[in-house]
Amino acid sequence: MISKKIPKERRIILKNADDPSYSNKISCYLKRGGYKTLKKSLKKKPEQIGEEVLKSGVRGRGGAGFPTGMKWKFLDRKSGKPIYLVCNADESEPGTFKDRQIIHKDPHQLIEGMMISAFAIQAKQAFIYIRAEFFEGAKILERAIQEAKDRGFCGDNILGSEYSCDLVVHRGAGAYICGEETGLIESLEGKRPNPRIKPPYFPAVLGLYQCPTIVNNVETLCNVIHIMDMGGEKFSQIGKPNNTGTRIWCVSGQVKNPGYFEFECGALTMGEMIYDVCGGLLPGRTLQAVIPGGSSAKVLRADERFKGTLKDGSEFDWGIEDIPLDFDGPMSAGTMSGSGGIVVMDNTVDMVEAMANINAFYAHESCGQCTPCREGSLWMKKITTRMCSGDAREEDADLLLSVANQIEGRTICAFGEAAAWPTQSFVKKFRKDFLKKAKTQKRKKNSFQLI
Amino acid sequence: MISQTKGETVTIVLDGEDVEVPAGSNLVDAAALHSKEIPHYCYHPQLSVAGNCRMCLIEMGTPMRDRQTGEPVLDEDGVPKIGWVPKPVIGCATTVSQGMHVKTISDKVTDCREGIMEFLLVNHPLDCPICDQAGECRLQEFATDYGRGYSRYVERKNVKPKRTRLGPRVTLDDERCILCSRCIRFCQEVADDDVLGFVDRGSYSTLTCFPGKELQNNYSLNTVDLCPVGALTSTDFRFKMRVWFLKESPSICTESSAGSNILVSSREGEIHRITPRRNDEVNDSWMTDSGRALYKQVRSDDRLLTPRGNGTDKILDHAITTATNILKDKEIAVVGSCHGTLEELYLLNRLSKITNSKKYLRGYFGEDDGILLSADRTPNLRGALLSGFTNSYPKDNLKSLNNDLKRGGLDAVFVYRDDILNSEVDEELLKGIPLVFMGTQKNSTSDLAEVLIPSLTSFEKKGTFINRSFFAQGFEQAVPGPAGLLPDLLILSKIIEGLDEESKIDPDLSLIWKNLGSPPKSPLKGITFNDVLESPVKVDGSKWESLPFVEKKAMHYLPV
Ligand SMILES: Cc1cc2nc3c(=O)[nH]c(=O)nc-3n(C[C@H](O)[C@H](O)[C@H](O)COP(=O)(O)O)c2cc1C
Ligand code: SF4
Ligand code: SF4
Ligand code: SF4
Ligand code: FES
Repeated sequence: MISKKIPKERRIILKNADDPSYSNKISCYLKRGGYKTLKKSLKKKPEQIGEEVLKSGVRGRGGAGFPTGMKWKFLDRKSGKPIYLVCNADESEPGTFKDRQIIHKDPHQLIEGMMISAFAIQAKQAFIYIRAEFFEGAKILERAIQEAKDRGFCGDNILGSEYSCDLVVHRGAGAYICGEETGLIESLEGKRPNPRIKPPYFPAVLGLYQCPTIVNNVETLCNVIHIMDMGGEKFSQIGKPNNTGTRIWCVSGQVKNPGYFEFECGALTMGEMIYDVCGGLLPGRTLQAVIPGGSSAKVLRADERFKGTLKDGSEFDWGIEDIPLDFDGPMSAGTMSGSGGIVVMDNTVDMVEAMANINAFYAHESCGQCTPCREGSLWMKKITTRMCSGDAREEDADLLLSVANQIEGRTICAFGEAAAWPTQSFVKKFRKDFLKKAKTQKRKKNSFQLI
Repeated sequence: MISQTKGETVTIVLDGEDVEVPAGSNLVDAAALHSKEIPHYCYHPQLSVAGNCRMCLIEMGTPMRDRQTGEPVLDEDGVPKIGWVPKPVIGCATTVSQGMHVKTISDKVTDCREGIMEFLLVNHPLDCPICDQAGECRLQEFATDYGRGYSRYVERKNVKPKRTRLGPRVTLDDERCILCSRCIRFCQEVADDDVLGFVDRGSYSTLTCFPGKELQNNYSLNTVDLCPVGALTSTDFRFKMRVWFLKESPSICTESSAGSNILVSSREGEIHRITPRRNDEVNDSWMTDSGRALYKQVRSDDRLLTPRGNGTDKILDHAITTATNILKDKEIAVVGSCHGTLEELYLLNRLSKITNSKKYLRGYFGEDDGILLSADRTPNLRGALLSGFTNSYPKDNLKSLNNDLKRGGLDAVFVYRDDILNSEVDEELLKGIPLVFMGTQKNSTSDLAEVLIPSLTSFEKKGTFINRSFFAQGFEQAVPGPAGLLPDLLILSKIIEGLDEESKIDPDLSLIWKNLGSPPKSPLKGITFNDVLESPVKVDGSKWESLPFVEKKAMHYLPV
């Protein structure tokens, strides 16, 4: 096991968050230089901000890792329709709990980030769509927005400029699919969060109320302040090329010290995260698997080798511990960094039960609009639930795989992949466990269904 | 709804073949023009695109263009390179564009269709033997084409409500619903009555009405037609008849001047249901619920079946002769009806000409729903104009007849279908004046009539109606008339012949059309009955532009 100096966090977004002398009141934020960047940015031309963001190379922190500057460029500015900015604070990817830290502990950072971004895209109105279960977070944000409004950081003629933009908090509808940007937009319009078909409904062209709309994650929007503070060029030097800035990783599962940690992209490996930062596994346990980017990401097996060529042409041959924690590292290992939710599973975990748990989540959260996801996710759930209730069959592994393959790439939104990837990777990588279930598990009389 | 640019076409490569398709058209429709079926459930050409069933997945690519120059990228042979979309795309959300490549036949496409079919069936009940949709069910059809033939599903199927009353005319079986949302979109977009929606999520999604609402608008039964499966059923038609026994005849709805195109489904001479027939210039694919019920008049209790001639004589021929004798050489009043066909009104006009009689016509008016139930509640007011029967706009009464009766000088009244006693004509004034009635349903006038000649409903004969947009629309006979009765045209021609041998005319539709088109300025010039039977023909109605037509702006209709 690697034993060297514990890598140090670099807290940019969470700089103030856990400081005992810091609270989420505006006075604290102002004392630490808050809203200065907004003031500075309002003196620039909106396009200049967009340029800086593009230069910074910052990629979206919501899951897909799409370059934010590019997303802003796609905005349809010719239509003459109002432009909207929406902050995606629906944080519901299992294993992810980073946005709530920002919202609870440093809400003004999000507000400032949003007002700069809103000015950059010349938004007429901004929204924070917050996960329904974040009652406290919503209250905190509402209070913070009032504080910001009272001081002219938000609302009419921001800081005496010509620019006005209102910001409101919208409480979510309590479903995972409300986090998918077009589902979110539908929900914000007061409808069922059925994701929209793309084409034609790309948010940047036909978003909220069929107007051009930018949807960004909480962490992404906070980064905009720091980009404007230090300049896009300087920001792009944090982390690695194409993986700029820091990322907040949320580690859960069977490690000694789970939690959230902010590191420069690529500053540490998966191994360092698990063994050094999180104190390693529980006594006597060995690592079995890791899901690196929220439950939608493909699972990694502890004894896998990952080989290939990186973008810079260099060859790599990694074990699970060697995977660099950034955007491209997990991608090269055939999975994704997604929302940054790292789920660690040791040898005590029954992988079929873990699969059953994940499948139950996706079956419950599918919006039900499109056939493959709606029927496939429930079917997979029923299979794995049955397998864990003593009725596993040998052919179930192949059946699961086939069902997942019939979902992937054929759905309206990326939920289809999110539901298919776990099954595909679990079955492929832990096939023996699935086959073993059929041989060893007998149904216990009067046993309850697992899920 | 994707708008088509009139006339322009683009060339696409459909399964390796260059074909021309209308620019801006939807790929599903464009492919159909070239006999390529892209199977689909949720797509409907007259509703917005939902893209949820995923049955229409195909492979699609467009010519690659150089990012910098915008020039097409060519391969070694100088042929434009095609950038195939890596994932299958849905045909229903694809608008054709020049040079687009489409594969509707490939292993990938077949795999997609098989996958979707399997998914649609895993929680579907095995209801076909008792399902009204059987025989016209998309799920059955595509299961035959793309089903595995065996099931890999060993889990328990979902259980959902089996017989929900959505409204007075529609019953829902949720287990059969494939959640295509056609019915929801119809209610929002066409019926303008947003009452349907899904509750719950995932595979447990269930169609239902909003709390406290019912699906009771006058278009509710269109959802039954739209529904690709047997989830929405007509409460009237439910469990009555197997659809494969039904004979379908094209007809025209007589409810109002909208003139919806319809299909009359019958078995062994009995009508079992009426459904809309697609016509993109008149009624799209819709019709009213009230119009569907009109077939009930065919076998209703008030249907006139027995002729009445001299006292107790019940022989039709005798009744016709008696009528002729009553009308001969008298000052008569002829009361026409906008329910008569163009051809019937032409003969009626001829009859009044040779008897030199005065003509009367009343209109029936109601509320205009702005869709397919127009304020003019007769199918053929414009036909009355074109037949020459009238030149003025009818009032909703027959006061003029009443006045003329009062003034005296009328010796007999011939009433075609109308109810004059219900039209402000005083019964007292008719005392001593012989009354001949010809029509299909009993009313106070038919009760009073000395001579009664039962005739046929529009389902039992051929003819033409001219709708609010001056579309002349021919219709076929759907079922035979009741035993012993004759078509109206034949009856009228017999009376005419009896009145004046020289004016005799064969009750032949083509011949009547020839006559109708013969005046030099006739708007019907050059049109034949077969033309209007095949497809609606727009007739020049500018001559009557100044008449006070009552119809309001509605589907495919703008008042002048
Ligand atoms: C099923 C599904 C759920 C999602 N949930 C979230 C979420 O909870 N929070 C979030 O920020 N993005 C979520 N996303 C990603 C959003 O669709 C969108 O890409 C993101 O908000 C864009 O922001 P970014 O560019 O800043 O990453 C989800 C995507 C999918 C497909
Ligand atoms: S993929 Fe799933 S969540 Fe997304 S639209 Fe389809 S059914 Fe809904
Ligand atoms: S909807 Fe179609 S497939 Fe389903 S039970 Fe009815 S006929 Fe059979
Ligand atoms: S009831 Fe029929 S039309 Fe309505 S969603 Fe279900 S399958 Fe579609
Ligand atoms: S017809 Fe295209 S997705 Fe349903």
